[in-house]
Amino acid sequence: MIKYSTILLVAGALALSACNNPDRYGAGGTGAGAGGAGGITAGGLGDPNDPNSPAYFQQTIGDRVLFAVDQSTLSPTAQQTLGQQAVWLNQHPAYTAIIEGHADEQGTREYNLALGARRASAVQQYLIAQGVSANRLQTVSYGKERPLAVCSDEACYSQNRRAVTVIGAGAGV
Amino acid sequence: MTFIRSLCLALAVAGLAAPAALAQSGPLRIEITDGVIEPLPFAAPTFIAENPGAAEVAQSISQVVAADLVGTGLFREIPPSAFISPVTSFDAPVAYADWKAINAQALITGAVALGSDGRVNVKFRLHDVFSGAELGKGMQFGGGQGDWRRIAHKVADQIYSRITGEGAYFDSRVVYVSESGPKDQRLKRLAIMDYDGANVQYLTDSSTIVLAPRFSPAGDRVLYTSFETGFPRIKLMDIATVSSRALAELSGNMTFAPRFSPDGGTVVFSLEQGGNTDIYSMQLSSGQSRQLTNSPSIETAPSFSPDGSQIVFESDRSGNQQLYVMPAGGGEPTRISFGEGRYGTPVWSPRGDMIAFTKQNAGRFHIGVMRTDGSEERLLTASFLDEGPTWAPNGRVIMFTRESAGAGGAAQLFSVDISGRNLRAVPMDGSASDPAWSPLLP
Repeated sequence: MIKYSTILLVAGALALSACNNPDRYGAGGTGAGAGGAGGITAGGLGDPNDPNSPAYFQQTIGDRVLFAVDQSTLSPTAQQTLGQQAVWLNQHPAYTAIIEGHADEQGTREYNLALGARRASAVQQYLIAQGVSANRLQTVSYGKERPLAVCSDEACYSQNRRAVTVIGAGAGV
Repeated sequence: MTFIRSLCLALAVAGLAAPAALAQSGPLRIEITDGVIEPLPFAAPTFIAENPGAAEVAQSISQVVAADLVGTGLFREIPPSAFISPVTSFDAPVAYADWKAINAQALITGAVALGSDGRVNVKFRLHDVFSGAELGKGMQFGGGQGDWRRIAHKVADQIYSRITGEGAYFDSRVVYVSESGPKDQRLKRLAIMDYDGANVQYLTDSSTIVLAPRFSPAGDRVLYTSFETGFPRIKLMDIATVSSRALAELSGNMTFAPRFSPDGGTVVFSLEQGGNTDIYSMQLSSGQSRQLTNSPSIETAPSFSPDGSQIVFESDRSGNQQLYVMPAGGGEPTRISFGEGRYGTPVWSPRGDMIAFTKQNAGRFHIGVMRTDGSEERLLTASFLDEGPTWAPNGRVIMFTRESAGAGGAAQLFSVDISGRNLRAVPMDGSASDPAWSPLLP
């Protein structure tokens, strides 16, 4: 479901670089400190069918996991996705990642920032436990500031309660 | 009950502000009966222009004074078409019978002079029509041409305070987040305006997400959270120079939810490390920080009591968001919220007697107030999403963010009296969130 909407967005090679994280930055580009924003070219992201490309990580493996209301516990589905993320990251040590934690709009601003941090941290800890080096993984919380889906019901909220592993350019890229 | 009664008392003490000579003739006052107020009718003839050049600014000042008073919901303006006798001179005796005949309980007279150097001088008198005498003494305010709105607010503040016995609040500002753009890519920038939405000035551009600005006690600096580095970090801005700096380098991922101590020397805030959020304080002079809570749960939204001795904050240590009070130096917190639902964003009243909060229950959001021990909880609003209360300098009015639902949802600033009356949108262009009310301006 989530993958679908992402795939629809990444229609062309140029669109790839613009849309690799549609939920990530405002039009003004808030991600000055984010690893990949400026460094990854369309070519660098590559083909979702190429197992060595970040696009494969993002779309074929799945770059995000979802959470229940007010929770940061990883579901079995989430653990499965993260297990594959960890395998990929372990096979591609040149890449770093920033894990973004998000919340739905049904909460106060400060609490949601803290909740997003909890979710990002849960993902980070899981990946570390799967052997990914801690110094390759940063976390950031967006709270409820960057919803992916904009309706005000559970269909959207469930997509917004997420943690997204955003691949950035490592030293070798 | 005590709460309501004290409110009634507070509003009914207008007579105390009046000279003793007025006492026997029935003081001008606002009465609350069971929380319902009959707005007090007043007449405010356009202030007299003392020289030809002053006509326009006199008109503008008169309008702002009336708008301030009417905006409280406590006053009703009698339209000039009902006036029997014109006021042609500031110093001529007032024909009280003519104002009594149209049931004006208060009469405001004023005069405006505009100097050749652009200085504005405003005189006013407040009359208790039924007593046939002035309420308090006539006063004058002077300022530069750009200060005319502030002068008008100061006149209205005097009138409001004399009649209600409450502290003033019109001559104040609000710092907030101006919002634009679609819901999934919202652009946010800090802005500051007069309490009534006038004189908007932008303090940042919209290149990065900014959140929840908070005034210093002197109103000259603002703490806020910025994503400028890619990660939420607290910044401190000097308003006059519009220059910002990072609060300090701290270990941890994210710093947010800052507020000043009442003496302005300390900042209390949240710091997140490894997914866990606790409350810290930092001395601004030394940059030294201190951890005030140490719990695996989320501790955030700290707010000092006005005497600086205590901090109210929210924590989900019980399983969901609730309000707690702890000593300002840290220590065992006491839970104060026990109703149904979740409680967040507590803010101590500048009077020290109440705490405003956001409550989430059964899919609705409310702004509410309670005593500092959690008793006498009262919800003032209800909507799809109300959050983030901030107190007017006199502790009588609360401003907050109200956001509408759906893909086209947008945030707006609203204000409400602590009695729950007079809910109104702050008149302004565009969307806005996260208001913080300044102290009364000097």
